[in-house]
Amino acid sequence: MTQPRQEVLQKLTPVLTKRWLSPDAWQIGVYEQLDGYRAIRKALDVHPDDLIQLIKDSGLRGRGGAGFPTGLKWGFIPQGDGKPHYLVINADEGEPGTCKDLPLMTYDPHSLVEGAIIASYAIRANRAFIYIRGEAVHAARRLRNAVQEAYAKGYLGKNILGSGFDLDLVVHSGAGAYICGEETALLDSLEGFRGQPRLRPPFPAIAGLYASPTVVNNVGTIASVPYIVLGGADWWKSMGTEKSSGPMIYSLSGRVVNPGQYECGLGITLRELIELAGGMQPGHNLKFWTPGGSSTPLLTAEHIDTPMDFEGVAAAGSILGTTAMQIFSDQDCPVYNTWRWLEFYHHESCGKCTPCREGNYWMVRTYRRILAGHGTVKDLDTLQDTADNIFGRSFCGLGDGAATPVVSTLKWFRDDYLGYIEGRTAPRLSEKSLVGAH
Amino acid sequence: MTDVQKRADQVSLIIDGVEVVAEKGELVIRVAERMGIAIPRFCDHPLLAPAGACRQCLVEVEGQRKPVASCTQTVAEGMVVKTQLSSPVAAKAQAGVMELLLINHPLDCPTCDKGGECPLQNQAMSTGRADSRFKEEKREYEKPIHISSQVLLDRERCVLCQRCTRFSEEIAGDKFIDLMDRSSGEQINVYRDDFFGGAGTGDGQVGEGEGDVAFNSYFSGNTIQICPVGALTGEQYRFRARPFDLVSTPSACEHCASGCSQRTDHRRGKVLRRLAGDDPAVNEEWNCDKGRWGFRYATATDRILTPQIRDTKTGELREASWSEALLAAAEGLKAAKERGVGVLTGGRLTVEDAYAYAKFARTVLGTNDVDFRARPLRATGSPVTTTEEADFLAAAVAGITEVTYEQVENAPSVVLAGLEPEEESPILFLRLRKGHIRRKLRVTAVSAYLSRGLEKIGAALVAAVPGDEAHILASDAAVAEALGAPGALLIVGERLATVPGALSAAADLAARTGAKLAWVPRRAGDRGAIDAGCLPNLLPGGRPVTDDAARAALSLAWKVDAGVVPGTPGRDTDRIIAAAADGTLGALLVGGVDPADLADPTLAENALDTVPFLVSLEMRQSAVTRRADVVLPIAPAVEKAGTYMDWEGRLRSFGAVLKSTAMTDGRVLEAIAALLDVSLNTGDVNAVRRELGGLPGSTLPSPVRPSVAAARAAQPAENQAVLATWHQLIDLGSLLDGDQVLAGTARPPVARIGKDLAESLGLADGDLVTVGTDRGSITLPAAITDLPPRVVWLPTNSPGSTVRRSLGVTAGAVVTLTAGVPGPILAEEAAR
Repeated sequence: MTQPRQEVLQKLTPVLTKRWLSPDAWQIGVYEQLDGYRAIRKALDVHPDDLIQLIKDSGLRGRGGAGFPTGLKWGFIPQGDGKPHYLVINADEGEPGTCKDLPLMTYDPHSLVEGAIIASYAIRANRAFIYIRGEAVHAARRLRNAVQEAYAKGYLGKNILGSGFDLDLVVHSGAGAYICGEETALLDSLEGFRGQPRLRPPFPAIAGLYASPTVVNNVGTIASVPYIVLGGADWWKSMGTEKSSGPMIYSLSGRVVNPGQYECGLGITLRELIELAGGMQPGHNLKFWTPGGSSTPLLTAEHIDTPMDFEGVAAAGSILGTTAMQIFSDQDCPVYNTWRWLEFYHHESCGKCTPCREGNYWMVRTYRRILAGHGTVKDLDTLQDTADNIFGRSFCGLGDGAATPVVSTLKWFRDDYLGYIEGRTAPRLSEKSLVGAH
Repeated sequence: MTDVQKRADQVSLIIDGVEVVAEKGELVIRVAERMGIAIPRFCDHPLLAPAGACRQCLVEVEGQRKPVASCTQTVAEGMVVKTQLSSPVAAKAQAGVMELLLINHPLDCPTCDKGGECPLQNQAMSTGRADSRFKEEKREYEKPIHISSQVLLDRERCVLCQRCTRFSEEIAGDKFIDLMDRSSGEQINVYRDDFFGGAGTGDGQVGEGEGDVAFNSYFSGNTIQICPVGALTGEQYRFRARPFDLVSTPSACEHCASGCSQRTDHRRGKVLRRLAGDDPAVNEEWNCDKGRWGFRYATATDRILTPQIRDTKTGELREASWSEALLAAAEGLKAAKERGVGVLTGGRLTVEDAYAYAKFARTVLGTNDVDFRARPLRATGSPVTTTEEADFLAAAVAGITEVTYEQVENAPSVVLAGLEPEEESPILFLRLRKGHIRRKLRVTAVSAYLSRGLEKIGAALVAAVPGDEAHILASDAAVAEALGAPGALLIVGERLATVPGALSAAADLAARTGAKLAWVPRRAGDRGAIDAGCLPNLLPGGRPVTDDAARAALSLAWKVDAGVVPGTPGRDTDRIIAAAADGTLGALLVGGVDPADLADPTLAENALDTVPFLVSLEMRQSAVTRRADVVLPIAPAVEKAGTYMDWEGRLRSFGAVLKSTAMTDGRVLEAIAALLDVSLNTGDVNAVRRELGGLPGSTLPSPVRPSVAAARAAQPAENQAVLATWHQLIDLGSLLDGDQVLAGTARPPVARIGKDLAESLGLADGDLVTVGTDRGSITLPAAITDLPPRVVWLPTNSPGSTVRRSLGVTAGAVVTLTAGVPGPILAEEAAR
């Protein structure tokens, strides 16, 4: 392992992650000692509209993948409409490779609770929900504990800190469906229905949870809010780039020496991140990587100096997504990996629309056949065409995400496919895997 | 984009290079359709909310990165849309989706019922590839599964468009089917697990396991009709025919007074299926399962095809020629005329046939003793001299067509009394539900309890002990308040006749509040029979028999002497039965009446036995034909032309579906009349329609509405209760005879009791309870329901619960209750 150089180390900007290594920061007492629940005192003193303006000024963009300006989203909530407003926090982190929200909720759950209070106050919501992935039992337990502690201390409930503002915060565990990370499917699931994406419009800002104006924000987005309130918009903008402000938690996994979360200003490069992670594992050379989870187009070694912000990654032909960077080396097979991802997407497809439901069924089988050594060159054209028929034709982004690694690997690594087809590469799957259930 | 004239609520857009004006909010797929551009689709249905699930209708919209589903995209000013006709992107997207839809489809078109009329098949031809590139194994399921006794599901054929689940949830309110599982294993099914599970049907057929809840919706057949593939099929039609061998005829439903438009498909003289017709003003595109599947009575084994007369020597019925039978009928009626002949017509007649009876009674028999009402006309024990309902029908129903389905849907508020819409007028129920869901229609129901049907239309209950309805209509503030808004409607059912003063109070309430009043009977022929004159107090055209000018005008039109048509009101059903039973009447002429439907079946059968001469015009063997002196077979609806009048007063004309030698009632009556030297002129429906159209109009003001004092409910003593009862849609009705598959979807008969009775009798849900009168008793499992104190509800005519025959009473009567069963034999029967 190589130590990162000093100038690269300086690029670390621990803001959201700053308490993660403090022992017991998940407990309210420790959290309070570490600047906790200071921001809400400040926030509850100002007019909610000023808070929305502050977030607009900070340039905070959603951390859930799409990067939508958060202040703008809050501003869409119609005020004085006589309807209840809701804040829903999307903690259904499920994108393959993404691992930023669960550690945050495990090690610093109160920052999310505090952010939720401020955001709810800003959008005039008296009820907020955290929809957390069902499998993340540990994080959910910490979060529930934090909510209980916050109630006990008067940060939640009636008349918070004497401000007259009431807020109830509910932690709701999902039942383990990737689709429920899609905001409208999440809302359906939260309402007790089958988690399937809704037709838009109406958008959640107008008719979201229980057909009322609703803000759906990612965990990272909401957890950023207390820091912006305390530090101010200018401080926030001092990190990151002009259009992608603030720090970002980059989740590195795969062939690096120290996989984990690295919080840096937006715009850092993969080369620097790999250095922060102690370099590539010995004997491994970078071959391909995901900039923001498996649903984002793959990048290759040639993109190692791409600035990792919304604009930079887009310019390279991909999407920043959730900054879940899975690093693969020359010892990894892109065909095999794509198959593994496809099995995931196939398993997680909600079944609502034809392209995603049937297309993944088909592609998974084609991959199994190729990996068992029975592929044909024609299969590659069919795969490409099927992926094209899914991408942009599905009801929601899940189908797009499934088609993406297929298109990427066919684009960059066609020869790896031909290896299986022409018999140069040993089959990775046995004949047995071709038989059987869907 | 300014060449085209448009209103402020319209936009103009370009589809395939053609500028078009559309309403704001209109969907692109509909606008294209209006222009003649057929965009392929599966999940889209104009009466269901957009889903965007199948993705078959993708089009290119300028400025949009991805193809857009035209079934969810609303139009916008200046929008430029390119369909598959002008956009290679849209064409490719549609072809791609079609290929994906077909990879897991079994392509078993040669053995699939839908083959030949299948949107998937048709659109695969227009949009699909000639060959599949898919080499892998297809998804397989056990096939088919019964999701009800009537509906089968072949899951591997399903394209998961969700039309069926959306219909069931949005339109019918019966969410018995839903998507289950996910991804490529996603399927439609009934609720299967322990949590949602119910009793199941016990045949192990529904779904995959025990504890399944069957798809027992009264509207389940519509899902089969709107299924764009062959995934849902009906037990009656499955594997029976190919669509291209069928002959389709527009028809009208003969069951209830909802007036559904239908399509009847036959092949080689046999009806194979019926479908809901497309009539936006009435049934939209839906019908109920009774209307869809209840047509087998016409081919039942006991159908009468040859006239019969009673042999004077043996006393048995024997087959006879038409001329012999008609002569026997004519002579018998002529001989009885002096003592009097009563005419009972039932509620199943077309307007034309009802008119024939009305005219026959007046001109041939010289009597006003004619009544179509084959049901209780008054409360049990009320004197037969009361004429409240007949007076009400004359004043508030005859000739009046004020309320329509459209008004129901758009009304701000509707009050229901004596009517359980889902059971007694299912299409009215669907329209009430549409108003409730889409337009926030406020429904108030005066009823014994809040049934599931009433819940589905969001009704607020004004709880009424049977017998108290009149008092509530006369004095309840909430009911009057609900009718205060302009456009509010008061809709009453025929059952109100059994509450003294209720119809008077309803008419008075409507007049007082300005609400419009609608009367909804149960049978298809009821409303038409009123206007045709099948009532003792009304002549055809709704004129009172006491109106000298009307009688004179009618006599002129009928070319009969003045004085032939009697000027005093005749006997009604109850009085005709009573007069026949006590030997007063010389003969009865009965058309399509089941004595079991009358207030007292035993008395009615006694009357049929006693009357010296009985002529029966019937389709099938019945309690009447068995007692008749002359039986004359008549045509079922499918073998004749005619017209029903629905509860709105809307005419529902239909032609004959099948060629047949069977005659209409009008034709038979005309032949009898001819033998008695009267020219009835009712043999041809067109002649009747012309005659009806040419009848002189009434110049008199409407008859005065009745003003009978409102009664109060009976006071039951210890171990007694007041009886509430109404018909279930699918029950023992004679037009549903022998159809086990359809009967399997009926609501299980239960006796509903309140908590008070359950406690005092020590009963839990499902325990047997016996409801009795001095006549007999009914034992059913108890269902503890939120009823007023001391009220018990029974289905009127369901298996194990024939209220009129077993108890001899009707709603509002006092009955005794006992826990358990009266004796071992009944106990065994009840347990079965």
